Amino acid sequence: MLKNFSNIVIGLGRAPHTLPDWPERYRQLAEHSRLEPLRHFYAQGIVAGDTPLKAVPFVAMDFETTGMHPQIHGIVSIGVVPFSVQRIRCAEARHWLVKPRRPLIDRSVLFHRITHSVLEYAPDLSTILPDLLAVLAGRVVVVHYRGIERPFLDRSLRTRFNEGISFPVVDTMALEARFHRTHLHRLLRHLIGRRHASIRLASTRTRYGLPQYGAHHALTDALATAELFQAQVAHRFSPETPISALWC
Amino acid sequence: MMDVEHIEIREHLRRHPPFTHLPLERLNTIATAVEIGYFRAGSDILVSNADIHDLHYIRSGTVDIYRRNGELYNRLGEGEIFGQLSLMTGHKVRFPARALEDCLLYFIPEALFRELFSEDENFADFVEIEDRIRLRKAGVLQSGNNDLKTTRVGKLIKRVPSTVAATDSVQTAAAVMREKGVGAILVTVNGQADATQPPIEHDDILGVVTETDLCQKIVAQGLELDTPVQEVMSDQVVSIDEDQYLFEALLLMLKHHISHLPTLRRLHLIGVIDMADVISYESQSSLFVVRNILIQENLEGLRQLIPDVRASFCRMVNEDANARMVGSAVAMIGRTFKQRLLELGEQRLGPPPVPYCFLALGSMARDEQLMLTDQDNALVLSDEFDPQQHDGYFQALATFVCDGLAALGYLYCKGGVMATNAQWRQPLAVWKQYFTHWISQPKPETLLNSSIFFDLDGVYGDTALAVELQQLIAQQASQAPHFLGCLAFNAQNRTPPLGFFNQFVVENSGSQRDSLNIKRRGSAPMVDVIRVHALASASLAQNSFLRLEDISAAGFLTAGMTADLRDALEFIAMAHIRHQAAKLESGQEADNYINPEMLTRFDRRNLKAAFQVLANAQKFLKYRYRPR
Repeated sequence: MLKNFSNIVIGLGRAPHTLPDWPERYRQLAEHSRLEPLRHFYAQGIVAGDTPLKAVPFVAMDFETTGMHPQIHGIVSIGVVPFSVQRIRCAEARHWLVKPRRPLIDRSVLFHRITHSVLEYAPDLSTILPDLLAVLAGRVVVVHYRGIERPFLDRSLRTRFNEGISFPVVDTMALEARFHRTHLHRLLRHLIGRRHASIRLASTRTRYGLPQYGAHHALTDALATAELFQAQVAHRFSPETPISALWC
Repeated sequence: MMDVEHIEIREHLRRHPPFTHLPLERLNTIATAVEIGYFRAGSDILVSNADIHDLHYIRSGTVDIYRRNGELYNRLGEGEIFGQLSLMTGHKVRFPARALEDCLLYFIPEALFRELFSEDENFADFVEIEDRIRLRKAGVLQSGNNDLKTTRVGKLIKRVPSTVAATDSVQTAAAVMREKGVGAILVTVNGQADATQPPIEHDDILGVVTETDLCQKIVAQGLELDTPVQEVMSDQVVSIDEDQYLFEALLLMLKHHISHLPTLRRLHLIGVIDMADVISYESQSSLFVVRNILIQENLEGLRQLIPDVRASFCRMVNEDANARMVGSAVAMIGRTFKQRLLELGEQRLGPPPVPYCFLALGSMARDEQLMLTDQDNALVLSDEFDPQQHDGYFQALATFVCDGLAALGYLYCKGGVMATNAQWRQPLAVWKQYFTHWISQPKPETLLNSSIFFDLDGVYGDTALAVELQQLIAQQASQAPHFLGCLAFNAQNRTPPLGFFNQFVVENSGSQRDSLNIKRRGSAPMVDVIRVHALASASLAQNSFLRLEDISAAGFLTAGMTADLRDALEFIAMAHIRHQAAKLESGQEADNYINPEMLTRFDRRNLKAAFQVLANAQKFLKYRYRPR
């Protein structure tokens, strides 16, 4: 049992062999997507896999959700911070509250402190989608634990428009797992249990001498993820590393 | 819109000057405009002459700022800023910066920085003044984070405590104190501790005996030397825990009128902290003077600091600083005066036409300066120097500085060893010839007047020029036995003032009747003796205490001999320092004349012993180094 889980985890740490050719994929989707905002998003393309990290435009993204499972839970807030390996541009950071179509579960309120009343007047995801896609377009998305943002966004779009979304992400937690196999059991607990990603994020950040932030706010976590990724590039990779070595 | 991550940034900024007093809207503007970057330990943040367009703010980590010659200039931590000087002087990096630890930096865009600078007076003041102080002083102040409120007592405990048993004699206690070089000893049930015994518990400490106790109780009351220590010790033992802060230690000492505190870790004794430890860790008073010197805009402003200089000198003495601490603090103040005068001179005369280095010679170079001292200085110019074209400038600069120093109480050098003298205002190549000549063709007479040049240090400008001379001296002098012989010969000229039957020899007429010149007959010949051994062992040190360490390490004198010399120098210097402080405190001018009759019997005996060490050291020179 345990062994199987370990395999899954190690698999996460390494880039799978069957990665899509992302620029090609974007070209195809730009032609075939049935939704105008998505066609526009894909049409702006994405960097080629051999692009060095120093030339890649990134955006750190973090969601607060009502739970761990895209099929039954919904998004309540979104934070994005555009950045490069040299600079994080706070002036371009964005944050949205969105009203999930599924009811808020009391337990999740404990984590992100976003309550029913706050969300009552929040817009539906479809309203802010053009703004969100405008920030994501042409950038490689960086997340801490890839099991949330991409699947949730994909699922939310399918629910609303009957069409999902596809884009490459860099997962700072998986990058960290490449170097900290001994911490596998923690990752394991994380995968099978609740999403305590911020706690993990916090402890990882401490290793790189990064300051502690108040956790569980989508924008702070996105900023924290961007900083962590800069630190990982500084310590583990180099500005010359091709993006294909990191994205998935 | 103010987002949460902007609030995070804003709240950090507002905890650190110069952002603390900015209005909230301003802080919000800055927080939303900030860019962020991560730098791994050891990586370059700013490279010399690169373009710079942001004010740099340290969110976490430590950054080292360098001079262009690679010398460490300053070390900055969380909440501090850098790059402002380069921004104000034209977008090229003047001081390269490197991450000492992993760092997260906030970049504040230049436009915003300029806006703050021109619109907010406090911000501008901070950036300008603070910058000058923090950056310029880093070289002098060496260590950075001395803070009584953040440093714990345990950090200053460096060796195991010395102890005696309650039944041991006071003579034994005094012997142990002398051997260990401590000013106080703990009295315990079992006496002398060593590593094989279990740690001493709090309850085992019966009392403390200090030098003062021995002086006052044994000498003053005429008790016998075999009196058990328990009869003279203080049995009110006040102790402190290693986790407590230095300022708490200081408060305890002041409250109980004591200068030593046994320090405990979980009720076990780990050492003794004394007031001198605390003071040396934080020579706050002299630092304060230094800060003030650097912000004065003219000579009159500097002159008004003279009372502060004297007060800080007295305060250090009263706070039990040792000779080395006082000497280096006074020298630091003297250097800072010179630096500020040179800055003011440059402001008046314009930038120097060629690089130069202003030299301190003698006591300032050795970090052994006291009150009442000659200004011995010189100028080393870059070899591009052309007398026809450039000397007018440097003559004017030297005159400005030397006149300024005289106005600040640093007497003109009677021997004319000053930068105003054309002979001592020369390019590096000429200085090298001077030294080579002195070393390769020495005569005792000529060396008599030039020995002062063998204690030299660069205080301002291109200090690498001074280092080059120090290295030349260290290399050549150690290989020149005839030179060392002549120097040793001269070092025997001024004998200590001891006559037959070991009585002090004092002036028998004039205004200093019954007194002896402790500088001329004590510390100066001692320094001369140490200099000879130091040059022989190719030491680069200028300070006499550091030279003794080098001499001992090089094997030129035994550890016992260097220890005797160190103790003697310390005693002579402290007698001198205390005398000057007493003069100043009674409203008189400091001088170098001590009347031995005014000393306590204890001090008189020690001073004689110190002079005896000096006399023996001078005799030893005669055998060790001979002119050809």
